[in-house]
Amino acid sequence: MNTRFSIRHAAVLGLLALLGLAFWTLLAGYTPDAELNRTAAYYAENTARETGAQNIVTAIIVTYRGLDTLGEVTVLFLTAAIVALVLGQSKAPRGGTGSGFLPSGELLTTGTRMLLPIILLFGAYVALNGHLTPGGGFQGGAILASGMLLMLLADPARRFGHRLIARVESVSGLAYVAIGVLGVALAGGFLDNRILPLGEFGAILSAGAIPLIYALVGLKVGAEFSSMLESLEETEDS
Amino acid sequence: MTLALLATSGFAAAMLIAALVAVVTRNTAVAVLSAGLVSLFASVLFLFLAAPDVAMTEAAIGSGLTTFLFFFVLGRIRREGSDEH
Repeated sequence: MNTRFSIRHAAVLGLLALLGLAFWTLLAGYTPDAELNRTAAYYAENTARETGAQNIVTAIIVTYRGLDTLGEVTVLFLTAAIVALVLGQSKAPRGGTGSGFLPSGELLTTGTRMLLPIILLFGAYVALNGHLTPGGGFQGGAILASGMLLMLLADPARRFGHRLIARVESVSGLAYVAIGVLGVALAGGFLDNRILPLGEFGAILSAGAIPLIYALVGLKVGAEFSSMLESLEETEDS
Repeated sequence: MTLALLATSGFAAAMLIAALVAVVTRNTAVAVLSAGLVSLFASVLFLFLAAPDVAMTEAAIGSGLTTFLFFFVLGRIRREGSDEH
């Protein structure tokens, strides 16, 4: 017994030492660049002129590497679909849910009632201001979904409409792809943001289609997370 | 420069301590909270490294959504545990 434990401890310590060594070699070989590399220099120089976005990170995510973002959204969609498929098998009978819930407490209920509108507003703000300030559709969508989760925590018996969430999710996904195709038809390529006028640099309605795309991404991500949480809530493993 | 270094190492140390607490503690709620704290400190570190976008994602998903989700599941486990007897 004792020797087995010491062998296990030795193995764990050995693994930790190996990990530490790997990270140490990473750190030891690191020298900060004195100047931006070619790609970064291109982005730093041309982003404002080409896309009209104040936040270079957003311009790269939505425009220059827009196809990758579409891929990420697709991965998230697949995850949500698989979660719904797996958890949907063990769905509770209708009317059976809502009974046997522990009351969630005065503090949580009142706090949620106060905070929920602010959280939702902040999520929308983060998603819509992605081209001006740090943040964007993914972060805004996650904030929206955490607001939804807070609502579920405060009132476990509450249900929000499956169909509404599914519709929001699919319509925003379709619109995202449609904007991308419009970019091919009207501007320089797939997901080119110059299908709309670039507008005044730094204004809320500027940077072409970026605010529109990020609003759609925010809705889509928020709906996907919410549908995952909802199918988690509706499962009963009895 | 030294102040930034000091703050960075302070937050890194706090992150490690929170991670240790999350692993060692027997109280599940404390463990969930300190796991959320790890993400919060990580997002502050990202902010120091001039990556506000990454910091925002880390704060929203790591310390917001995940912590809520853990508490949500904890509540469900308690509910179903109390159903059985």
